[in-house]
Amino acid sequence: MKRTEREKAISQRTISRRALLLGGVKLGVAGTLFWRLRDMQLNQSEQFHLLAEENRINLRLLPPVRGLILDRNGVLLAGNEQNYRVVMKRDDAGDIDLVLARLAQLIPLSEDDIARAHHDMMRNRPFVPVTVAERLSWDEISRVAANAPALPGVTPEMGLSRHYPLQEDTAHVVGYVGPVSEADLAALEAPDPVLMIPRFQIGKSGVERMHEDHLRGRAGSQRVEVNAVGRVMRELDRVEGTPGGNLHLTIDAKLQNYALERLHGHSAAAVVMDVESGEILALASAPSFDANLFVRGISSSDFSGLLDNEYRPLVNKTVQGLYPPGSTFKMVTALAALEDGATDGQERVFCPGHMDISGHRFHCWRRGGHGRVNMTSALSESCDVYFYEMAQRCGIDKINAMSTRLGLGVRYDLPITSVSAGLNPSREWKQRNRNEAWRIGDTVNASIGQGFVLTSPLQLAVMTARLATNKAVLPRLLRDPSEQAEQVAADLDLRPEWLRLIRRGMADTVNDARGTAYSSRVVADGQAMAGKTGTSQVFSITRAEREAGIRRQEDLPWNRRNHALFVNYAPMDNPRVAVAVVVEHGGGGSSAAAPIGRDITLAALNGGSVPPLAAYPAPQRNRIRAEQLELEERLRPAEAMRISRA
Amino acid sequence: MSYLEYNTKRMPAGLAKVLYLNWPLVALLIAVAAYGFVMLYSIAGGNAALWAEPQIRRFAAGLAIMFIIAFVPIWFWRSVAGVAYAATIVLLLGVEFFGTVGMGAKRWLVIGPLRMQPSELAKVTTIMALAAYYDLLDMKRISRPFWVLLAALIAFIPAALVLRQPDLGTAMLILLGGGVVIFAAGVHWGYFAGLIGSGAALVTAVLQSRGTEWQILKDYQYRRIDSFLDPTLDPLGAGYHVNQSMIALGSGGWSGRGFMEGTQARLNFLPEKHTDFIFTTVAEEFGFVGASSLLILYMLVIGVCLLTAFNTTNRFAALVTLGVAGTFFLYFAVNMAMVMGLAPVVGVPLPLVSYGGSAMIVLMVGFGLVQSAHIHRARLPS
Repeated sequence: MKRTEREKAISQRTISRRALLLGGVKLGVAGTLFWRLRDMQLNQSEQFHLLAEENRINLRLLPPVRGLILDRNGVLLAGNEQNYRVVMKRDDAGDIDLVLARLAQLIPLSEDDIARAHHDMMRNRPFVPVTVAERLSWDEISRVAANAPALPGVTPEMGLSRHYPLQEDTAHVVGYVGPVSEADLAALEAPDPVLMIPRFQIGKSGVERMHEDHLRGRAGSQRVEVNAVGRVMRELDRVEGTPGGNLHLTIDAKLQNYALERLHGHSAAAVVMDVESGEILALASAPSFDANLFVRGISSSDFSGLLDNEYRPLVNKTVQGLYPPGSTFKMVTALAALEDGATDGQERVFCPGHMDISGHRFHCWRRGGHGRVNMTSALSESCDVYFYEMAQRCGIDKINAMSTRLGLGVRYDLPITSVSAGLNPSREWKQRNRNEAWRIGDTVNASIGQGFVLTSPLQLAVMTARLATNKAVLPRLLRDPSEQAEQVAADLDLRPEWLRLIRRGMADTVNDARGTAYSSRVVADGQAMAGKTGTSQVFSITRAEREAGIRRQEDLPWNRRNHALFVNYAPMDNPRVAVAVVVEHGGGGSSAAAPIGRDITLAALNGGSVPPLAAYPAPQRNRIRAEQLELEERLRPAEAMRISRA
Repeated sequence: MSYLEYNTKRMPAGLAKVLYLNWPLVALLIAVAAYGFVMLYSIAGGNAALWAEPQIRRFAAGLAIMFIIAFVPIWFWRSVAGVAYAATIVLLLGVEFFGTVGMGAKRWLVIGPLRMQPSELAKVTTIMALAAYYDLLDMKRISRPFWVLLAALIAFIPAALVLRQPDLGTAMLILLGGGVVIFAAGVHWGYFAGLIGSGAALVTAVLQSRGTEWQILKDYQYRRIDSFLDPTLDPLGAGYHVNQSMIALGSGGWSGRGFMEGTQARLNFLPEKHTDFIFTTVAEEFGFVGASSLLILYMLVIGVCLLTAFNTTNRFAALVTLGVAGTFFLYFAVNMAMVMGLAPVVGVPLPLVSYGGSAMIVLMVGFGLVQSAHIHRARLPS
């Protein structure tokens, strides 16, 4: 509308006034903003700065390199293997199915692997690398690297993972590692933060577990800048951790391999021990298992296969397996009688094949009887009646004390899991555990290592070493290279004339034509052994079975047959090693255990190699050679025994 | 008012208009926009192609639009104000019925190849309509209730339609922009006192209605109010934006972390770092010096606009100028208050700096009107 000049002037004045008013309000608001800005940026700046740093800086743990486990000669038993793997990130890959399909043409990938990788990638944030394939060969990883342009988002990577190059050879001793479980964490009072790293592995059994703290080392740390979703943008600084310490075992990897292969086909255990130092040279439990399976995450079919096997591969029979020692216990009874003064050892006892004690007839293993035997021939021919007599004379208390003195019924502190104490029965033990009084029959049974007596192969080896040296030898599995001065074992203080009798009996067992292990004698100079066979009854042949025509062990089902045992030391004139062999349900000690004990002993005396044929009696050599050829095929080649420089 | 009112002989014509442009305003706008280009380049981690270049192209287009509008005489714009307003209402109704949904709100209208946000358009056309209304209205009637109510309706209708989309930020800007024009036109201050009083009552009503059947706002809008009142309540949820924004802002200190050194933005802790929350990056990287100089630049733009308004006797020109300046002020004041934790998080960008097209184009249209008012200003005979 048409306005007058006056109206225009009023209008302009009004608008200007109001505009000034608005301008004032705006200035006020701007002033407030300005003041707030000043307050936040100048007065509270430090506090906000701190918050920003907290936002962006993340502390990460760097897992330490696990210490190596080596044998006595530096052969690598547990090492860290470079593990080539292929990882893939969703956000770089684009079409992940296409990339996975291309990848499957280069490296072996199953349908399952592809499905799992796809699933993992979709579940995680797009920048999270997902492992598509692990433990690839150098060739495979090179193929992936060479085809990188066609594989967006795929990166070949290298990590370290635990590896046991000797596979099943030392699985029972070295043990294995596995991912940290809730139970592992709960068991620790103040768990090392490094255990929280995903996929971190700790020792689950054997030396790996018992020396976890030494092997693990200390974690390093790394400060990294991360973005809002946690992706690492760059490294700010890092503190290197301390790698875990190495461990040297007393095991001789070559001998261990030989021993295990010699036990092949049996459910058996063998222990080889240095008689002076107590160092365990071989601790073989057959059958064994490949420890690497557990590191990778064992499949349930593999695992149930191991669990269901009636030979129980997961059990370390050398320390965990408990067997009635049978006749290998007779040295204990003999020494107890000598110490008691019940006999002078020369005295002869008549064996008619049985003995009646308080209305019960105890048989000798030889039904026809041994005739008149003294201590030496009773040991070499393994006459039971002689020991029935001796046991009655000296009593269970003396036998129990001697058994403990020789190292039976004692739990040895070895860095392996589930070391058993065995059972060294006494009057108190029976009263306490069975709530029954000890009876003379129990003593008679114990005198020949039956009844309640239970020993592990390790304990039998300790006993044999003590008999060979008259020292309280203790088994050792760890070698401290810095500690050159070996601890000298305490004296056992058995009278030399007693030991002469026992050793003579053991020497005759192997070397006298009437000895129970004569067929396992060694003819090589300076390698002859002294030993003792044992056959321990698991079940007696029932009357019904006897009537059905079962007379011999071979006719019984495997798991009802007798255990076969053999203990020995060698060379008999200058003992170096003590060996104990138990073949579960092997039938007889002289037939099943003694030849194995002989071969392992010879191998131990020959640096772990297959024994020379010359060590065997001439008539046996053809058969032995055939056996050796078969065994050599299975032995681990020398190249596999990698000497570590560490 | 018609062009006859103007002393056309004293008006610049043809290319001479270029000389009569408000060049200080042009320079200030370019300075503000350039600030934005630098920040967008920095936030993209030195990648110009990501945000800075499209933004430069958009601003160039905006400048061109501003010049075109500036060279068209202001009386032309006055005469099309009603039509433009009516068209806006039609488009807003179109959104109501045919709009496409994006980010939880129905804001876009697609006509053939054109995608537009009529709510942005409404910011300018409402100001134009109100300015034209008061230009036409007999000055004696200005404060009469009926005519005040009519003016209020002009602002309220588009605001209500925008609120239904729902877009609280824009609706508020339309209402307040309109309010600035009504206030500047000289309506009695009592109405505003009453409005502020009833506004307080409305806030109470909004808060009280929560959880009832007649709940006025959407749930997410309530959550924003909650997180505004106490950002620490839910630091990873609704309060996350404000918390991270304040951390970024505060950690800038006096001179900031330096160009391209802002950790909060570069590491993605800041959401919407290149759009609504860009001011925090300014403050983080250039500190108090940088942030307050941007604030001063903005205030200079307001000052230049006020000078233009003072220097014209033409009511439409003065009111449009004040309205545009008011809207511009509301943009940056609300945005800054929001990132500093003084106002709730509403979707209001930092004008000419935040990445984004429609708000920038609408503002440049507004400044085109201011320039046109400046070039074609009518003066009282001296």
